[in-house]
Amino acid sequence: MNILVCLKQVPSSESKIKVGKDPTGIDTSDLTYVVNPYDEYGVEEAIRIKERLGSVDITVLSVGPATAAETLRVALAMGVDRAVLLYDPLFSNSDSLGIARIIAAYVHMTPFDLIFFGKQAIDDDMGAVGIMVAELLRLPHGAVVNRLEISPDQKSMIAHRQIEGADEILEILLPAVITCQKGLNEPRYPSLPGIMKAKSKPLAEINHEGLKLDPKTVGLSAALVKIVKLFPPKTRTTGKIIEGPPAEAVKELVQHLSEATGLAGA
Amino acid sequence: MPGILIFAEQRNGKLKNALMELLGEGTRLARALGEELSVLVVGSRLEELAGLISGVDRIYLADDQRLEQYSSEAYSRILANLIQKLMPSLLLFGASAMSRDLGPKIAARTGTPYSPDCTSIELDPQKKINVIRPVYAGKLNAQLDLGGVRPKILTLRPHVFAPFQGESSKKPKIEKIEVPSDIFDLRVKLKEIVATVESKVDLTEAQIIVSGGRGLKGPENFKLIEELAEVLGAAVGASRAAVDAGWKPHSYQVGLTGKTVSPLVYIACGISGAIQHQAGMSSAKTIVAINKDSQAPIFKIADYGIVGDLFEIVPLLTQEFKKLKEGS
Ligand SMILES: Cc1cc2nc3c(=O)[nH]c(=O)nc-3n(C[C@H](O)[C@H](O)[C@H](O)COP(=O)(O)OP(=O)(O)OC[C@H]3O[C@@H](n4cnc5c(N)ncnc54)[C@H](O)[C@@H]3O)c2cc1C
Repeated sequence: MNILVCLKQVPSSESKIKVGKDPTGIDTSDLTYVVNPYDEYGVEEAIRIKERLGSVDITVLSVGPATAAETLRVALAMGVDRAVLLYDPLFSNSDSLGIARIIAAYVHMTPFDLIFFGKQAIDDDMGAVGIMVAELLRLPHGAVVNRLEISPDQKSMIAHRQIEGADEILEILLPAVITCQKGLNEPRYPSLPGIMKAKSKPLAEINHEGLKLDPKTVGLSAALVKIVKLFPPKTRTTGKIIEGPPAEAVKELVQHLSEATGLAGA
Repeated sequence: MPGILIFAEQRNGKLKNALMELLGEGTRLARALGEELSVLVVGSRLEELAGLISGVDRIYLADDQRLEQYSSEAYSRILANLIQKLMPSLLLFGASAMSRDLGPKIAARTGTPYSPDCTSIELDPQKKINVIRPVYAGKLNAQLDLGGVRPKILTLRPHVFAPFQGESSKKPKIEKIEVPSDIFDLRVKLKEIVATVESKVDLTEAQIIVSGGRGLKGPENFKLIEELAEVLGAAVGASRAAVDAGWKPHSYQVGLTGKTVSPLVYIACGISGAIQHQAGMSSAKTIVAINKDSQAPIFKIADYGIVGDLFEIVPLLTQEFKKLKEGS
């Protein structure tokens, strides 16, 4: 079985995010980058499948700048077999569909039985690329999956997918795309031997020619969704701390709330 | 020809509350653009549901027993077919698990722009559409240019847009759309739907949320949160610390790796307000914090706060709201 895990390098969730000099992007001067947390569930799940089934080959892929290789190394150190960086200056400022086309072009050349994505990236919060890749490749998908079991004949899987107030239990035929949600597993930390081994694992870089990709279908000029500008939301100002003995503070709070919001029919 | 198409999500024969907001915003945009407003409902035995929808020009029904439960494959084909026929300028969804599944699939199939979780849709003087959506877990907003391709697929964040208030005298034309059989050649089969949340109100739809964190000290104390929620008709949420401790399942988690919620009121009890928690709830209209640590970051974003012991404050709040409700 061949598994592909797609991951994105994103600023860590602790990062202070500021608008850059060019307001269509952020100020990247003091950011620490991590593997998008939802993508880590995909890496971990692929490794667990390999540990259970044995003959599984896992590739991790990222579309991104040269620095995204660092994130691919993290996945190599966790235990995947090989890494591919799809990098080309032509790819920059692609929208979700552009990124999906780049990844789909790679999968066209190298088919996989199972492709993992995170349910969304914590930078653009789009949650689109995985599902778009599935559609471009005409593969079935399960999105926001928090439990997965491959069938013994490896032809299908049972996926639990989170919806409002419930889980949908789906049977999905392979090959297929899964987008991962928290709960799927607990991602492991790369071990020291893992980090050492990662150094000798293959990390290939491929550009648009290698992907046989028409450059007119990706990048800013092809994007249907373009960022005009980024701007900070209205900052929430510290409100009123209600002082005094608890019983009175509570009365006051209830009064404020019912006046401000019409709570409890007031 | 219809200019704006609203997807009216139904599950188990019930329309989602978000429809009123879609109708409100759809009506406003249709008037500004001088276009027709239509609604599509997909499911089974839809006549009765269609009767509940008013204030639009047309209702399209994709009514088939095999569409009773959601299927990304079948539903997306119906939508893609209808888009090709109507070429609307906008396709509006409420932000939900279903639209997050359908939106990107249809956008990839039809080569159209997609923007989830919009918080503002404005028309510039040339009637070009400007969309705003939060990015970086709400730390920034992005203004987007969605170009000239039709339709633009937008999902609207709940509780942000004003609900429909207009006269409902307009009697919509009802049109059944053909449901081709080949769309049921499914590679994804729904086996079962299992409820994961005991409370009656779902977090992402809730107008009011009462959330508990590590300050609750143990799972049994969530009943304090549940009692307050019951009186308020609110949903119950939890911080990651409470979820990781096993006090509540992950479906209750609010935050970066949990749910993004946008209620009218969010009451955080014993939650410090870490940046990742804020990522899920900072767009609530009114935030209330109850925490014994006056330095907790939650107070920096709260509209109202009480510094004190939640074990004392929360039961008092429940009592007080009960009294208010009973009108004494
Ligand atoms: C990648 C990543 C993703 C994350 N995603 C999420 C997420 O989705 N959601 C989330 O919530 N967190 C998330 N976190 C974790 C987050 O950083 C915090 O650890 C978490 O939110 C803390 O939960 P808490 O506020 O309940 O607990 P604590 O930070 O321990 O706070 C408990 C609070 O309770 C107060 N308290 C204690 N006893 C009482 C009492 N008797 N009365 C009143 N107050 C009391 C304390 O003063 C304290 O402020 C994430 C972290 C990372 C790194």
